[in-house]
Amino acid sequence: MTDQAYNFAYLDEDTKRMIRRAILKGLAVPGYQVPFASREMPMPYGWGTGGVQVTAATLRPDDVLKVLDQGADDTTNAVSIRKFFQRTASVATTESTGGATVIQTRHRIPETPLTEDQILVYQVPIPEPMRFLEPRETETRRIHALADYGLMQVRLYEDIARHGEIATSYAYPVEVAGRYVMDPSPIPKFDNPKMSDCPAIQLFGAGREQRIYAVPPYTQVVSLDFDDHPFVASKAEHECAICGSGDSYLDEVITDDAGGRMFVCSDTDYCARRAEGGAA
Amino acid sequence: MNELSGGFADPAIESAIAFRAILKVTARPGRVETLTGHSGPAPISSAAAAVLLVLVDRTTPLHLAGDHDNPALRQWIAFHCGAPVVAAEEAVFALGSWAALTPLDRFAIGTPEYPDRAATLIVDGHDFDAKPAELRGPGIKGKAKLALPERKAFIANRARFPLGWDTFFCGGDRLAALPRSTEVR
Repeated sequence: MTDQAYNFAYLDEDTKRMIRRAILKGLAVPGYQVPFASREMPMPYGWGTGGVQVTAATLRPDDVLKVLDQGADDTTNAVSIRKFFQRTASVATTESTGGATVIQTRHRIPETPLTEDQILVYQVPIPEPMRFLEPRETETRRIHALADYGLMQVRLYEDIARHGEIATSYAYPVEVAGRYVMDPSPIPKFDNPKMSDCPAIQLFGAGREQRIYAVPPYTQVVSLDFDDHPFVASKAEHECAICGSGDSYLDEVITDDAGGRMFVCSDTDYCARRAEGGAA
Repeated sequence: MNELSGGFADPAIESAIAFRAILKVTARPGRVETLTGHSGPAPISSAAAAVLLVLVDRTTPLHLAGDHDNPALRQWIAFHCGAPVVAAEEAVFALGSWAALTPLDRFAIGTPEYPDRAATLIVDGHDFDAKPAELRGPGIKGKAKLALPERKAFIANRARFPLGWDTFFCGGDRLAALPRSTEVR
């Protein structure tokens, strides 16, 4: 039952219209960060206020919402955002990737391949991929205007010079549709290839930084690299201790004070399905 | 029925449902969706009326071209959207037939720093059964087809990507979109 004190999906209609216009411009210019008048949400910045606003402007009453946090459906962030939309939009929720129509995610792309009928909403802390290289917004804006991304290549090169390989392991920069360099949000670089040619609509919301961007379906998303140091979608060289999967992204869990550890799937839905002997 | 009817009865729910159709056609150029249940004074189509109701408000200056610039429609827009009606050069949205919207170089195409500050054209009275053009680009698996009023303008618009205007096509209750990222052949 929707809490009648709120408009459908919490935000007022003016705000939703503004966000919807930003989403459409984002889709028209894939990878470009559209400024939007981010609202204060009833949760702190860093908890996914950008993603929540994009989800709120996107939801239909008949949607089935899944929220995942670092791959898990049962952590605080995921549970509270799911409850937020249960209460304010009365939408159905699920933990199953296949059963969801809108998936809001913090820092993972589900292991189960997405479909054309799904929308993936990313929570983004720092949308500007060049920000740690160039703090001035006026300059990063010019960098994007001129597609002058040499600075990023230098950063990746310095990784190689220092570590012998590109050490960036998450928020690994990508080029979208051959034009804009984009921050894929802090997903592990293992997930980067899933963004390319994806049948689902991918939307990104950064609340504190007031930016929305998008990747339309079937769009080329290329992880930046060098001919002699190609991009590698790396993961821990183990199998999941619960479901035995050898090709899902793994979290390392410390089990005692004596150096004991185990590796388990970060995607809890995928892991549970496999452990139950399902089709995943 | 009166001159102002045809808007949303339940704005939050109806706009959410209509927006998803708009989102789908924008994300997947070539797809045609139907938007029913909304209407405005002639000559606006029900699809174009829904697009206005979902996206246009007092913060988005609107240009009315040709027959769409009439007192009844102006009143309907003032009542439901509140958008200021402006010249083409200042418009965030523009509504009219393809012929009435030309010349297209009047519309904002954004700036290199802010390509989002570009106009959105709502082409009304679109003939979805006209000869289709072939589309490629973001949102399209391989290639797609969509009837277009002409090709030249869209090829030129794509050539200046990331600048350029974006287009909705409305005819009756049917809606399609051609964002500037789409290659037309």
